[in-house]
Amino acid sequence: MADKIILGTKKGTLIFDRDAKGWTPRPIAHGGMSISFAARDPRDGTLWVAMDLAHWGPKLSRSKDDGATWENLTQIAYPKGARFIEQHLPTPGQDGGARPTTYKEATLLKVWILAFGGASQPGVIHAGTLPGGLFTSRDGGDSWELNLPLWNHASRGGDLFAGEATSRNDWGGTPAAMAYGEFVPGIHSVVVDPQNADHMLVGVSSAGVLGTTDGGKTWHGRNQGMLNDYLPNPAAEWGHDPHFVAQCAGQPDFVWQQNHCGVFTSADRAKTWTRVSKQDVAVHFGFPIAVDANDGRIAWVVPAIGDDRRMAVGGGLFVARTSDGGASWQSFRKGLPQENAYDVVYRHALDADGDRVCFGSTTGNVYVSEDRGESWQCIGNNLPPIHSVRFA
Amino acid sequence: MAHVTFTPHLQRFFPTLAACDIDAPTVRAVVDELERRHPGFASYIVDEAGRLRRHVNIFVGDEPIFDRDTLGDAVGPSTPVFIVQALSGG
Repeated sequence: MADKIILGTKKGTLIFDRDAKGWTPRPIAHGGMSISFAARDPRDGTLWVAMDLAHWGPKLSRSKDDGATWENLTQIAYPKGARFIEQHLPTPGQDGGARPTTYKEATLLKVWILAFGGASQPGVIHAGTLPGGLFTSRDGGDSWELNLPLWNHASRGGDLFAGEATSRNDWGGTPAAMAYGEFVPGIHSVVVDPQNADHMLVGVSSAGVLGTTDGGKTWHGRNQGMLNDYLPNPAAEWGHDPHFVAQCAGQPDFVWQQNHCGVFTSADRAKTWTRVSKQDVAVHFGFPIAVDANDGRIAWVVPAIGDDRRMAVGGGLFVARTSDGGASWQSFRKGLPQENAYDVVYRHALDADGDRVCFGSTTGNVYVSEDRGESWQCIGNNLPPIHSVRFA
Repeated sequence: MAHVTFTPHLQRFFPTLAACDIDAPTVRAVVDELERRHPGFASYIVDEAGRLRRHVNIFVGDEPIFDRDTLGDAVGPSTPVFIVQALSGG
């Protein structure tokens, strides 16, 4: 099990180390900078941080000496001519009538997620971004290339480098982009199959899940069985809002997603999904999900009330775990606040590693369990809002 | 020759950045020269389409530049150019 946790927070990167006394935080790195995601590359130990600099744009930072020093990298850049079909946030007074299709030139707004290639792919790193581009580096992060087959996918209007849209755009915007003055989609989940790194999944807000089995040359929707309760046809191919997608490392047939409209699981590598949330035990709405590394039937979520009230259920925090593929859920509260708690856990702010589970909240609290989520200890209060939590 | 000064906040990312004189006809040319001297600098000031970032300002003399899309504002001899984060509120 990892003896280190790396947090991406609104005010910098925080690393906790596990020693005989417990979990101890190091001095903050990237102090004052908003960090959208932070993780360790398990292949070579490099620490990676996606910075979200309010004035100076999104940048990557990496450390090859376990956080002693950091190196800021050249920015990921959309290629000239990369366009997307503009989405319009419904706006009173400006709605009504058919709008002509308009295009916008893509520029990088945010690096939302970083994912590392397979063991057989040294130097391969993927970045999911706003406005909806997947970038891949094949040289350890020194240069990045937009995945064109996904960018030009028929669900986004086709190849807009070549000219006008040839199909309908089914990718909607995400409120996560509004901080940048835009209403665009975002890729928040990039899942590399541990048995075959040419097999990948991406989660898109708001569109759904897409998958490739040829290393990113072709992509197909992976939303069969998904249900969006906010559509006249809940089983529509597109329009879904996965909040996070995770795959079991040891049993990669098992894939999970916490979605706006429930918890969904797949036993066939996301080819088909089944909703397994249970509203009677308050397991339904939330943002993050973590899957056991060995048993694909085991997953953890930290639910919130619902999309209309994104708040802790009953003013108290709990973590729910299933051990039977979502047929039943157990709720664990020991060590977690049970009154006057307003913590919500963002999509990247829950992780599991062996017996250890950790999550961080919007109100700057970090909780760790060392017994698979059954009891918890708080290892940090008064921290900045926490965007991501990863064992490292 | 433009006399270019910066917010000290940029020195966090470019420690050797200092006030300097640059012979350039436009603000765009000033940024290009700064990118040559400090690789990566331009990406902090403009996006990949070359537009001034939303929360960044460049002043020529006492006035903010007009052309935020292509930075075509002219820079005269001995003109002060000031590159700074915008006070966008908050």
